[in-house]
Amino acid sequence: MKFKDQPVISMREFSREMIDHILTAAEKMEPIARGEQRSDLLSGKILAVLFFEPSTRTRMSFETAMLRLGGDVLNLGSVDASSIAKGETLADTIRVVDGYVDAIVLRHPKEGAAHLASEFSRVPILNAGDGAGHHPTQTLLDLYTIKRESQLENLKIALAGDLKYGRTVHSLCYALSLYGAQITLTSPKELRMPDEIINDITARGAKIKEVDSIEEAISDVDVLYMTRIQKERFPDPAEYRKVANKLKITTETLKSAKPELKIMHPLPRVNEIDNNVDDTPHACYFKQAFYGVPVRMALLGLVLGAIE
Amino acid sequence: MTDIEKELRVRRIENGTVIDHITAGKALEVLKILGLPDSSQGVVSVVINSKGRYGKKDVVKVENRELNVEEVDKIALISPNATINIIRDFNVASKYKVHIPSFVEGVVSCINPNCISNSNEPITSKFTVDTENIFLKLRCYYCGRVISEDIAEHLL
Repeated sequence: MKFKDQPVISMREFSREMIDHILTAAEKMEPIARGEQRSDLLSGKILAVLFFEPSTRTRMSFETAMLRLGGDVLNLGSVDASSIAKGETLADTIRVVDGYVDAIVLRHPKEGAAHLASEFSRVPILNAGDGAGHHPTQTLLDLYTIKRESQLENLKIALAGDLKYGRTVHSLCYALSLYGAQITLTSPKELRMPDEIINDITARGAKIKEVDSIEEAISDVDVLYMTRIQKERFPDPAEYRKVANKLKITTETLKSAKPELKIMHPLPRVNEIDNNVDDTPHACYFKQAFYGVPVRMALLGLVLGAIE
Repeated sequence: MTDIEKELRVRRIENGTVIDHITAGKALEVLKILGLPDSSQGVVSVVINSKGRYGKKDVVKVENRELNVEEVDKIALISPNATINIIRDFNVASKYKVHIPSFVEGVVSCINPNCISNSNEPITSKFTVDTENIFLKLRCYYCGRVISEDIAEHLL
């Protein structure tokens, strides 16, 4: 398995063996990610962080990952203050920046931007989200969370919320199909997972069923993956409120759940998970946000050739 | 007389390429794919709705230019049964069917308006061609969006 100098663009490039390899490497990174051990694994290496769209968790956890491994970070800063505001193409930006650094993390509003960047870059590109396209490091940290807090083998998982536009859930479903997971879907009818994706995932080995209510969805699953429903998807605010309330998780909703059920959410949440749930053993979303650090440390170590 | 000569509605060509058995009505799109007539100095003749053995077909003749395989295989995206005849001294020097390519570059544009290939970046559109079932599917190399219908409408 060769990771050194390879771009990380989408989950489609990863076999199950590759994913397992990354997750194992991430586990070894955890004490360093927690600050319990020091590391200079990436000392002398510089990571460029090019975010053309806002981000909190992804950007900060990449920066933390690099700093925890003794590397340095070069941040593009505000797009308005850079050459991009003068109309520079992404291709030119990449060809300039790759002369300064050893790897580039890119978030861009256009789908396919990471592919383009990897065509022009001398150094590996790590895709941190390209429009409605791919966000592979989110999927890897989701898988890592499932592995650490539940189990990837014989997993029963429910996905709830916006299953139509949510790139996170599509990508996660593709990856879970490699593990033969049983997937239950529940969403407002306007935000159903597209049939094309359901068929694709089923063909890859996952078992999928759709149910009408969140209570039904969680009755027999190990993990509940919630996503945010965006207001702008609904022209009528009253309809939005109705749908959002129907998919809300409260301590009451969780009465039908297994004691070991874990609730995940890519965050930010709005009101789909009640704050009271945070104090239950089910809540897993803040740990999930932390797990982004060891997973990204592992990836950086692998693509920069510091670990194998 | 050869079969080709019998089918001729316009004069025979001495040297060049005859693209035969084009799906009826698609000749102008074939010209567009090949960048014709701009890419050729010679005469280009087009026959639309010619009567063929298996129904109507179109024929394109390009004088004094032998099209190469890579160029003509792109035609297969809209006319998979087309045949190519290379003509030298009024004779058919070689004849072959177009093959559906596995990858095409700079032929069609992506249907996703938010795809990076539809911006001012210095790249050409690229698609992988899926021919697993009878319907042709083009998948954008950049954003992954699939074009499965009306491919001709998206020709660059």
